[in-house]
Amino acid sequence: MSEKYTLSCLVENHFGVLARMSGLISARGFNIDSLTVSTTEDPTISRMTIVVDADAIKLEQVKHQLNRLIDVIDVQELKEGRFIDRELLLARVNANEKAQATLEQLVKQFGGKIADATDHALVIEAAGDTKTLDRLVEQLRPYTITTLVRTGRIALEK
Amino acid sequence: MMKGAQILVECLKRQGVEIVFGIPGGANLPTFDALYQSTIKVVLTVHEQGAAHMADGYARATGRVGVCVATSGPGATNLVTGIATAFMDSVPMVALTGQVRTSVIGNDAFQEADTIGITRPVTKHSYLVKDVRDLARVVCEAFHIASTGRPGPVLIDLPVDTTIAETEFVYPEQVSIRGYRLQAAPTIQMDAIRTAAEAINTSERPLIYAGAGVLHAGAAAELAELAHKAHIPVTTSLLGLGGFPEKDPLSLGMLGMHGFEYTNYAVAQCDLLIGIGARFDDRVTGKPDEFARRAKKIHIDVDPSSINKTVVVDYPVVGDVKQVLRELNGLVKPLDTRAWLKTLQEMREQYPLTYREKQKLLPQYIIQQISEVTKGNAVIATGVGQHQMWAAQFYQFNTPRSLITSGGLGTMGFGLPATIGAQFGRPGEVVWDIDGDGSFQMTAQELATAAQHKLPIKVAIMNNQHHGMVRQWQDLFYQGRHAQSRLNPVDFVKLAEANHCVGIRVEQKADVRGAIERAMSITDRPTVIEFMVEEVEDLWPMIAPGKAHDQMLGTYESLKEAGGVPQHRHIEPDEEAKLSLG
Repeated sequence: MSEKYTLSCLVENHFGVLARMSGLISARGFNIDSLTVSTTEDPTISRMTIVVDADAIKLEQVKHQLNRLIDVIDVQELKEGRFIDRELLLARVNANEKAQATLEQLVKQFGGKIADATDHALVIEAAGDTKTLDRLVEQLRPYTITTLVRTGRIALEK
Repeated sequence: MMKGAQILVECLKRQGVEIVFGIPGGANLPTFDALYQSTIKVVLTVHEQGAAHMADGYARATGRVGVCVATSGPGATNLVTGIATAFMDSVPMVALTGQVRTSVIGNDAFQEADTIGITRPVTKHSYLVKDVRDLARVVCEAFHIASTGRPGPVLIDLPVDTTIAETEFVYPEQVSIRGYRLQAAPTIQMDAIRTAAEAINTSERPLIYAGAGVLHAGAAAELAELAHKAHIPVTTSLLGLGGFPEKDPLSLGMLGMHGFEYTNYAVAQCDLLIGIGARFDDRVTGKPDEFARRAKKIHIDVDPSSINKTVVVDYPVVGDVKQVLRELNGLVKPLDTRAWLKTLQEMREQYPLTYREKQKLLPQYIIQQISEVTKGNAVIATGVGQHQMWAAQFYQFNTPRSLITSGGLGTMGFGLPATIGAQFGRPGEVVWDIDGDGSFQMTAQELATAAQHKLPIKVAIMNNQHHGMVRQWQDLFYQGRHAQSRLNPVDFVKLAEANHCVGIRVEQKADVRGAIERAMSITDRPTVIEFMVEEVEDLWPMIAPGKAHDQMLGTYESLKEAGGVPQHRHIEPDEEAKLSLG
């Protein structure tokens, strides 16, 4: 059965590493839900946080095979409930003046803010874990979301 | 100050490279110019695919890293089949490709291809060297990665300006790759080894299933010690043949799709299967759920990603096969397996390998004769197809690195260039290519390379004017519709002679032995024997895809009625005089 898994990988900060990682995952028919890359406290090392749709047995293989890549230093699977995850969301939502007031309230409840505003639209900014942002998106739907951007998950073990 | 190409060649020399295979072209002229002025032997091949297979054959025959060299674009893409072949069979290889100059990479320049991108899924690792100061380190890392842990091909893409640029030559005496340390030298897992030893010590019907990992690790002696100490019979995968002498009474030969009937029954009946340096390939396991279904399973492998990949095992042991076996041998006790061995001996007698005599020549008979004449001491390379499986069945492999065959990728055309590479690696030895007419033609142009170097290779073409394996599957599974499996007749004697080789045609059984002996006596050039064999001969036994090991087709029982004669294959090579199969 297919589920979502979060892999946190330390890799060499070289060109071509991303292609090796994504190529290996896609070659096994897994969909990458999200993937973030950035340098770590050590500038020669990057961290990739990958959320994949996979089944448990195949995931074990993928972890071993990622580890087999020469440029990969470490692969950790972050288990549900044992890590802190965040992503950033930006959404442009159609809203007249009246709606804008309600939206501002809603966004505040989610710890977000209004990043930009015009007469007929707002750009909403919110950070949080995936589930919280999913809930926010559901609540925004009645207002017609014209553009939605999410960074994908970054995560740290607790 | 030294030029990049000179640094490359100096590093190759320090890595112990004596020979490279390849073709020059626009983007690797500096490299060939530096090689030309060095002591390294350069073998010009006809096609880059030939160069890759030669490097592969050389590596499999010697255990050293094989090196092939090609130019950018088409030169590099022509290597790809050979690199993929080496990757699937874990063969240590370094491929050096030319690349357009760094300033035009990505501009669709003349003879440009994204070689790193194209080869990414079929290499263990690859490098694009944009700065000449990285070159020495990269070459040393490439050889280290290719030859350690689970071996494999590493590609170095060299833009032409990198090979021309100059820098101070500093040879890195040590290689340090932080993401690779553990793979190169896995920690010994004593707890896992103890658990495995306990499983062996309490088993009643143990069976060793050994793969090419035994050969890569140079662990044939340790494997033999385990088998003899604990009295455990040994079967091998196709690529594992030679890792345990087939003349040993404990040898059960090859298992799997075209393995021996009694061997596959042994797999179905054993209570403990000990996989050593083998990857439970689908051609070995058949239906994974049914594979050795009565057995607990141990799996010893250097590569953690091989474990639980197709078959879930009970006792995984990650580590260098040689080291693990040494530890294990200290812990296993002599087992009383007499009842089990007696059962196996009875099955061996009851379900022997067989074929029916026919009017025309049969490949099985020819291979038996090659096995006898060479006393099982030759190096045998093969193409891919029926002849390959018959070679595995009817040639008796007794020493490591005596069979050179494309198991994983199943690359037709592998035989001839691999034979050439093996002969370069083992110049004093007899090297045969057992090939099919379909496979052979895919790289037949390399006869010119063999003749150029006066290599005494011997090529035995089983000419059935078919893609025989395809034809057999069409008969079995496609109601006999022979879609494109029949080949145009080719005069292989003329083809041999046109390439300055000796060509011999054999049509009669009575002439087989003489032709093989004649080939053995020719030592100054290649010999090609075209055997005109039965066109429609099936390969048995066979586990149909997705079936279990005790549900074979073409069993002895089924062929006996039609005149199948038991073939006594397990013989001492020096007893061959006593044997008369003719």
